[in-house]
Parts: sequence; C-alpha cells; structure tokens
Amino acid sequence: MTSPISTSRVSGMLRDALRSRLIWPVLALVALLVTNVIKSPGFLSIRIQDGHLFGSLIDILRNGAPIVLVALGMTLVIATRGIDLSVGAVVAISGAFALSIVGDAPDPNDLGVVLFAVGASLVFALVLGSWNGFLVSVLGIQPIIATLILMTAGRGIAMLITEGQILTVSSAPYKVIGGGYWFALPASIIIAAALFILVAVLTRKTALGMLIESVGINPEASRLAGVSSRVIIWTVYTFSAVCAAIAGLMISSNVTAADANSAGLWIEMDAILAVVLGGTSLAGGRYSLTGTLIGAFVIQTLTTTVYSVGIAPEITLVFKALVVIAVCLLQSPRVRGFSGRSHRTPPPVAGVAAGASTPAPSPSMPAAQTKATM
Amino acid sequence: MSATTDARRTSGDSSPRLPQPKVPVRGLRRFDRFVPNSRYTSVLVTLALLIATFGVGSMRYRGFFSGQVVLNLFIDNAFLIVLAVGMTFVILTGGIDLSVGSVVALSTMIAASLLRSGWSPPSVIVVVLVVGTTLGLLVGLVIYYFDVQPFIATLAAMFLARGLCYVISTNSISITDPFFVEMANARIPLGPGLRISPSVLVALAVVIIAFLVLHYTRTGRTVYAIGTGTQSAMLMGLPVRRTKIVVYAISGLCSAIAGVLFTFYTLSGYSLTAVGMELDAIAAVVIGGTLLTGGSGFVLGSVLGVLVLGVIQTIISFEGTLSSWWTRIVIGALLLVFILLQRVLTPRRR
Repeated sequence: MTSPISTSRVSGMLRDALRSRLIWPVLALVALLVTNVIKSPGFLSIRIQDGHLFGSLIDILRNGAPIVLVALGMTLVIATRGIDLSVGAVVAISGAFALSIVGDAPDPNDLGVVLFAVGASLVFALVLGSWNGFLVSVLGIQPIIATLILMTAGRGIAMLITEGQILTVSSAPYKVIGGGYWFALPASIIIAAALFILVAVLTRKTALGMLIESVGINPEASRLAGVSSRVIIWTVYTFSAVCAAIAGLMISSNVTAADANSAGLWIEMDAILAVVLGGTSLAGGRYSLTGTLIGAFVIQTLTTTVYSVGIAPEITLVFKALVVIAVCLLQSPRVRGFSGRSHRTPPPVAGVAAGASTPAPSPSMPAAQTKATM
Repeated sequence: MSATTDARRTSGDSSPRLPQPKVPVRGLRRFDRFVPNSRYTSVLVTLALLIATFGVGSMRYRGFFSGQVVLNLFIDNAFLIVLAVGMTFVILTGGIDLSVGSVVALSTMIAASLLRSGWSPPSVIVVVLVVGTTLGLLVGLVIYYFDVQPFIATLAAMFLARGLCYVISTNSISITDPFFVEMANARIPLGPGLRISPSVLVALAVVIIAFLVLHYTRTGRTVYAIGTGTQSAMLMGLPVRRTKIVVYAISGLCSAIAGVLFTFYTLSGYSLTAVGMELDAIAAVVIGGTLLTGGSGFVLGSVLGVLVLGVIQTIISFEGTLSSWWTRIVIGALLLVFILLQRVLTPRRR
C-alpha cells in the first residue's frame, strides 16, 4: 500500500526532473546513444588493447575533449553576460605557434623543446585573452564586437606564423597531448577532465562562482556591492583563451599539423551551442558546468552517430541545426510555459504593500521556503 | 548646457528619423561642440578614411588613381554591398544575422544545380530568392515566437543552410548557362575606358530601395525605433512584432540576391564558398558607422564600409609582396579603430 505522500513525492521528483533545464539535453544524449546501440550492438563495449582502452565511447570522449575545454571557458564568459567569438582563432594560433617552435628546434623530439613550445603558446594565449578582457572590462566594448576583432584578425595572425603553409612536424612528445595515453586513457581526456574538475572546485567550493554569476546578473549592482567585476570579467576572458589554446594544442597534436585556415573552424559555434544546450542562458547569470559537459557530448555524439549510422558526413550540419533548433525551442520560455506554468510561484513582494515601517510577514513566504528546501 | 539644449531642440523637430538620446560621455563633453552632428560623424569619418586610404594607394602605386579602379571596387564587391545592406537592417534592430554567408553558398548551389538540370534562368533566380526569403522569414518567426536569441537562431540557420549545400552536392558545379555567362562577362560602358558590370546596377538598386525603405516608410522608422528601445517602440504602438520578423526576411532576401550576384561573379556553385562572409558583412556595417546595439546607422555608411574593405584589398594586391592574410589583420585593426571611435562618439547605452 502506497501512502499518498510517497506518490506525491515521486510525482514531484518526476515533475522537478521534467522542469529541470538539463532534461532535454540528457534525453537527447540518451536517444543518440540508444540509436547507436541499435545500429551497432557493440557500441558501448570498451576493450583493452596494448594496455590502452579502446571503444566508441572512448572515441567520443577523446574527440570531444577540445570542445569540452573551449565550452568550459565559454561557460564562464557567458555567465558574465559575455561571449567569446575569438576561441576558434585562438585554437588556430596556439597550434600554429607551438608547432612552429617545435619545428624550428634542432631536435623536435626533445621534451624540453616541447614543454617550452607548450608554455610559450599558453603565454601567447594569456596575452590574447587579456586583450579581449581589456577591451570588454576596461574599455566597456560589447563582448560580441570586442572578440569579433580577434576572430577576424586571429586567423590572419595564425597564417602569419605558419607563413600560409600547413605546418607538419613529427615530434613524439608533442604527439602525446592529443594522441597519447596516460594510465590507459587518452591523455586529452585526462587533461580536459583535470581542467574541468579544477574549474568546478574553484567556482563551486569558493565564492568565485557566485561572484561570476552576480556580475552576469547585474554588473553595476555587483560593482556597488564591492565585487570587483572588472577583474572577474578580465579573468574569464583570459581563462577562455587559455582553454582554447589547450584545445588548439590537442587538435594540432592529434593530426601533427597546424592548419591556420581549418583548425578550430566553427569551434566557437560548437562551444556556444554546448553551453546553450546545457541550459546556461546567453543573457548571463546562472550557469551549469555539468550542463555544458552534457551539451558538448551531445554535439560530439551527434557527429559520431551520423558517421556510424551511415549518413554522409557532410550532412552532419543539417542534423546539428535540427538538434539545436529542437532543443532551443523546447527550452524557450513559451514552450516551457505550457508544461510548468502552474508550478511557478510568484516571488513574494513583502514590504511594498505593507509599507516601509513594519514589513508584515507575507503568507506566501513559508510556502516559498519549503519549496526551495525540497 | 547649451549643447544639450541644442540637441533637444533639433531632436524635437519633425525629422523623419527617431531622435537619439544625445548625452555625451562625461569628460568628452567639451569636445562635443566641435562635432556638428554626431549622428553623421561616424559616417563622415568612414568617408574620410576611404578617401585617405585611396589617396595613400594613389600616391604609392602607379595606375591606382583611375576611374576604373574605383569602378572595380563596385564590380568586385557588388555582392558584399547587397549583403551589408541586409545586415544593416538586422543590426539596426539590435539583432545579428550569422547565416548570410551560408545562404549565399546555398543560393549558388541551388542556382548551379537547377541550371544544370535545365531550368530557365528567370525561374532559377525566382526560386533562389524565394528560398532565401523563406529561410530568413522562418528565422524571424523562431526568434520572435520562441524568444530564441538572434545569435543562436541565425547560427542554427547558418548550419542548416551550409548542410543543405552539402545535401545538394559536395562538388563544385560550374555554370554554362548562356544568360549567366552573359551577365558575368557583360560590361556597360560609362565613358572612355570606364565600364561596370550589370551586378553593380543591381547592387545600387538594392541600396537605393533600402535607403528609401529605411527613411521614408513606416517600416523603416519602426526599425530605428526598435533599435533605440524595443519597449518604447511597443508602447508607442509600433508594429514591433511584424517588423522584427520582416527584418530577418529582408536579410534573407538580400543574402539570396547577393548569392545570385556571386554566381554571376564566379560562374559556379560550391558548398565551401563564402565561408566567413558574414564576418566581412558585419565588419563593413560596423566600419560604416552602424552601432551594433542598434538604432543608429545608415545604409550608405555600410556601402562606404564595403568600399573601405575593397580599397584595402586593392592596395594589398597592388603591393604584390604583401600576403593575402594581411587583409584580415588590417580589417581586424580597422574594426578596432572604428569600435573605439564609436565608443568615444556615442554614450554608453544599456
């Protein structure tokens, strides 16, 4: 015999799950995985070969690592009500810069040279990112325009570095970043996971995440409340560029080539899509790192699925567009209004009606509090 | 202060455009009196830049200072002018359209494949224009009815259009239709040694129509009003909903026209063509003095912006030793200069 309380709790949980912003991207991811399993039953299997893990899921994780990294930086930028269009250009620049250093060295296989190249291109990315941050936070230029400058000029800079050629360099230590294995797992997965955990801990276990959200919700109010919004905005753009640079190193290392034109082409769009699919609003404020992770994997799994189902890979873009449209429509306020209208409790407006002297406790207050603690 | 009262008085008269709030940035107030009417200033600066870059080119290179070089600017950039005109409409309302480059590519693909299967040129052009406009209209409907941000909706349209190109064909399709070849090679003589292509006439017609629509129709004034303040436009009873949708349809139509002009220019359809052309269009609009927040700017400014980009390309090709990637770096630097200029000339708006 089920008591009415437990059934209402179950239905409440179901309702909460349905109202969660993450439900649609998670469902999309599950649907894609199920499609793959139906198409090829061995899709989920992971086998060990030469001490390394192999399998379609590992491939998705490995190929998705650059998108996850770029989207990670993008999430924080979008949370401050910004956007970073220049990440694709930074991906191209960092790959070109690192490979040109490695290629010019007398011994490309020297570990020291590779570490120097990686360090140098990360420092270059720091400079590029702080340039974006400077334009946005100090000069107050709209983020979309400020980063458009580097997006336009960036590929030109990358071509300047590669002198218009596609650099190909074979260097064993450099190859590890994007194609190597650590502890049986592809190194790129471990790098991306480490950075993700670092950001999650830094922003969720300290006040940093809250400060970022407050800047995104109202920069002026948070500045008046003592939040140094200028420093925070500057930091997120710099961090975004560094993330993009690491992704650029991965991509160039995976193919052992730096192509200034096509490396990271449209990765800014993929990253923004991942963030939006993950339920973070482009209007800033509340952000979800888990959502971004799921969004990035939805995009990567979609690409893999198109390949495995046997649709011509060129048509991936059509499917990407359809998924984006579907998820955006499902997340839009109008559609969400149909499902969850009755559950939304209006915020209590205590003090306004009762006057300034003695704010009477609003009757809706306790209800709102129990709702919040549930 | 007299400057502000002057501004209020001039904005009070029955000017066809909606008045801009003219509150200069603090600290720059004393410079305000040197700026006769800051609504036109950024366009005038673009014009000065155009003349200056052209002057530099004329001094450095033999044969640069000629009428045909100027006309070639129009011939080589006719499609970009049309694109920038459509983009101006969208940006004036405070939106953005990332799909224009892909729609150009889609238009070339549709035109090339239909011509190959034996359709007549007029019907092909009609189909292309209808497809482009419909796509723009759908984007507008999605943006308005589902409250999706323009950036995301047009991004989806960009993927969709590019993907549809690949659905049609992954290979380049060349065009051998006599009418298209004739349009590509025809030159209309203007004087001794001066010729233009028919595409230039189409582009200029689009510019004139856009100018008339923006400044002498109710729709045009509503576009400016939305960019200045959507809330106030709505409260004034202007058709905000319809105009916001129409703007994206206009941009789609312009992209399709640009696509047709681009096929006249290249005589082929190719899926990977016009990648990043949306950036050129946006850059031209910004350099032409239109605010990306909306509400302020002119179609003629965007045309000047396209011409500035064209002059830079011409200079780089005259120089010969400079590599093509300098074009992008110079465009980026120009964007920066103009954005900083706008920042100085216009007040911060929320």
